[in-house]
Amino acid sequence: MGKRVAVVGVGMTKQRSSRPDVNGQELINEAVRAALEDAGISRRDIDAVVIGNMDHFEGINYVDTWSVDGSGALMKPIMKLTTGGTTGTTVAMAAYYHVASGLFDRVLAVGWEKNSESDTTGAIITAFDPFWDRPIFAGAVAGLALEATQYMHLTGATEEDAAYVAVRERRHALNNPFAHLHINLTIEDVMNSPYLSWPVKMGDMCPRTDGACAVVFASEDVVEEFPNKPAWILAVADRHLWAYTSDPYVNQAIENGWWFPALEWSAREVYDKVGIKDPLKEIDVAELYLPYSFAGLRYMESLGFCERGGGPDLVRSGATDMGGECPVNPSGGVMSSNAIGATGLLRVAECALQIQGRAGDRQVPDVKIALATGFGGCFWSDVLLMGREMPEKPRG
Amino acid sequence: MEPVAVVGVGMTAMRRERRKDGYADLVYEAVCLALEDAGMTIDQVDNVVTVSNDFFDGRTISSMAIQDACGSYDKNVSTVEGDGTFGAFYGLMRILSGSFGTTLVCAHHKGSESEMALITNAMFDPIYERFLGVEAITSSALQARAYMDKYGVTEEDCALVSVKNHGNAFRNPVAQLPLELTVEEVMASPYVAEPLKVLDCCPISDGASAVILASAERAAKITDKPVWVRGVAHCCDAYHLGDRDLSDVRALQYAARKAYSMAGISDPRQEIDLVELYDAFTYMELMWLEGLGFCDPGDGGKLTASGATALDGKIPVNPSGGCLSGHPVLVAGLNRIIECVLQLRGDAGERQVDGVRAAVAHGVNGPCGQSHCVWVLGGER
Amino acid sequence: MEDWRKDQEIVVMEGRIKVPYRWAAGEVGTRYLQALRDEMRFLGTRCPGCGIVYHPPRRNCPDCERECGEWVELGERGTLLTYTVVRRHHPQLSPLPLPFGYGIVRLEGADTGFLHLLYEFQEGELRAGLPVEAVFAQEREGSVLDVRYFRPVREVG
Repeated sequence: MGKRVAVVGVGMTKQRSSRPDVNGQELINEAVRAALEDAGISRRDIDAVVIGNMDHFEGINYVDTWSVDGSGALMKPIMKLTTGGTTGTTVAMAAYYHVASGLFDRVLAVGWEKNSESDTTGAIITAFDPFWDRPIFAGAVAGLALEATQYMHLTGATEEDAAYVAVRERRHALNNPFAHLHINLTIEDVMNSPYLSWPVKMGDMCPRTDGACAVVFASEDVVEEFPNKPAWILAVADRHLWAYTSDPYVNQAIENGWWFPALEWSAREVYDKVGIKDPLKEIDVAELYLPYSFAGLRYMESLGFCERGGGPDLVRSGATDMGGECPVNPSGGVMSSNAIGATGLLRVAECALQIQGRAGDRQVPDVKIALATGFGGCFWSDVLLMGREMPEKPRG
Repeated sequence: MEPVAVVGVGMTAMRRERRKDGYADLVYEAVCLALEDAGMTIDQVDNVVTVSNDFFDGRTISSMAIQDACGSYDKNVSTVEGDGTFGAFYGLMRILSGSFGTTLVCAHHKGSESEMALITNAMFDPIYERFLGVEAITSSALQARAYMDKYGVTEEDCALVSVKNHGNAFRNPVAQLPLELTVEEVMASPYVAEPLKVLDCCPISDGASAVILASAERAAKITDKPVWVRGVAHCCDAYHLGDRDLSDVRALQYAARKAYSMAGISDPRQEIDLVELYDAFTYMELMWLEGLGFCDPGDGGKLTASGATALDGKIPVNPSGGCLSGHPVLVAGLNRIIECVLQLRGDAGERQVDGVRAAVAHGVNGPCGQSHCVWVLGGER
Repeated sequence: MEDWRKDQEIVVMEGRIKVPYRWAAGEVGTRYLQALRDEMRFLGTRCPGCGIVYHPPRRNCPDCERECGEWVELGERGTLLTYTVVRRHHPQLSPLPLPFGYGIVRLEGADTGFLHLLYEFQEGELRAGLPVEAVFAQEREGSVLDVRYFRPVREVG
């Protein structure tokens, strides 16, 4: 039977628009040293390293072997994973399985990106099929705009509803010294920002960021060695369902009641494993990969926080603000910092800090259960549920 | 480690160009073959690990193209970017965690659709090395020279590997490049980067492969010929070529020692019956044999010249024909595992080696064998 | 097979990933490249823990993680550790006409090797242990190609 796994140390660089003062390995090393220091260990105590980013954002092939000077993997096992936007959570899940397998006791997970070093949209376009999608498709924003219009059509949600989310995320970021954007926005500011691809405006979108995050995962057998309280992984699940741009909008899924099956199915899987019946009440804080504002409405429904179409009312009720029923993204989330390969791992790191009570000005009181998600690919989802109490038995 | 078995394997034919088949077609073919081999349906696959590389595919999120083809719909799935041996290792850990009873691992590569030299040039550091134009062949030539200088290994010693592996490929229907060669012919082939000649180098290939791993409990229901994972480990050396002694194989030695220790193997020379290793270049077979402990450092050439590594030798190496006879990158490591599985099951057809009870499969990531993964597989737990 | 396939070649779409990159050298890399460009000097950094002088310079030691704060000036001559002579030209990669070489050179004062180009050598002249020296470009712009290549040291008599 597998081992139970906890996060025992986290490290992150300050998320910034550009970090020319360090090269890629040095940026990674900044987060790695912070995580090791936080866990009270050195590179030599680490049994294995997992790393992820998106290749074409920096143009470096075999990032695992290239990273060694920074990731601390010299003469250690290192493995690279990449799944697009979900990369950071994919890396966290890989670190989880490394430890849960019983083969490694202390595993370092690293997610990073230097988006300043390339043309992010130019690289993202190449994610899509060269015959059917690439000649037509215009990068991430257009794909998200298709989702937004479909959502507005189905529910009657408005651009102002989405702007509420954009404002919340940036307001929360003011409490996070590591966040990239520190701006006090109003709904009017978001509404008046230029359209990128209707109905998505500049103020609705995430930024491009340079940053790295490193997280130390430990087995139940060694967790006592670490000074920090463990933040346990309770369950993980993911779905990477689609291959083509148009797949997520097929009517059949909607007619069958599935709006965002990747997130709905993976959330349901972790809830079932842990026994969560009423997620909004039982989950104390959520760090969600919301790449743009409309996601902050629709994903509430996919995660079972409210009924279909209930996203705008839920968000406007203040339930997802600091002090609400389940604060969403106290860190400021992806709309305030988006170093893509680090982004998902930062969600896990933030959940760990919340559970450990170490989140500073962005701390939510008395967090027992926290939810982290990753979003990417072709409307893919990764979901991790974390908690303060060690699970009764190991479970994926 | 709790017992985990390989219960199904599938390989497409490796060819210089499979123009009719896209990535998804190749993956679908390999996955169907593995399911058929295991006698399973896709519903019995609990989770999936895919293996691909965004550079080789010319596609960011390269795993997106094959999500339909690999059968991951409504399953947990992840993607390792690296050699297939590393992807399979992740698939193994997902079973050991207790979360899944079976994992499907698939890998794909189409060398025909891109430009290998430009892509392997991108392995090198963009600040200090890449603009020099160095890529896989020229960097490996530096390693070959360092290795040959240190131990007095000759180009003829290396040529023997080319003769042997291309010869073995005649008995492997999926191999791309069966060739009847003499040492003289290898020696007469033109230099690409000294001391590497055309016939010292692996070809460019298209292909895909899949393996299915299962817990002991599930394996018992699936097959009466399980092949057991007895040990597996990997290790990565320094990055900058100048930080390493390129003639040294310490990362491989470290990985091999750990894998042997898990498998309870104290003397690989006596206890291992067959080796499938990552011979992207002829000299690598010699170096990796030494690193894996099948002879002393510098003796790889002598071992090969003695005939011990031939199909009918004491320790047959690359009976499949190796990477020299077909090299879909990433897939290549999975193919090493698959050949070991076929040999252990007695399903290797014309190239079957008698009495194989334990076999070693080996894969590589990064320039000049920077990161090695070693598998010990056996017919018994 | 259906009839239409008989005379139909498979359609192949040609493409090129056009992503411009701007790789930051960082502070440590910038100091190194600045010294190459402005002073034609090689600099390494020394790890205070291991004592190793890294070239190219490292900000932190890959082994013991300590900050390599100390800059060390290296010679422009060094020892060839290993080499290859390239015999096949690649139009987009080869920076020099054939036959040129690649070598790993340990500069005087460094503990690690440095990958670079070899040129101006005689057929059969290259060997491990050969003393080599850097030839700098006239026009230098702050890249490793400010060193055009290394060549065997020729004592001028």
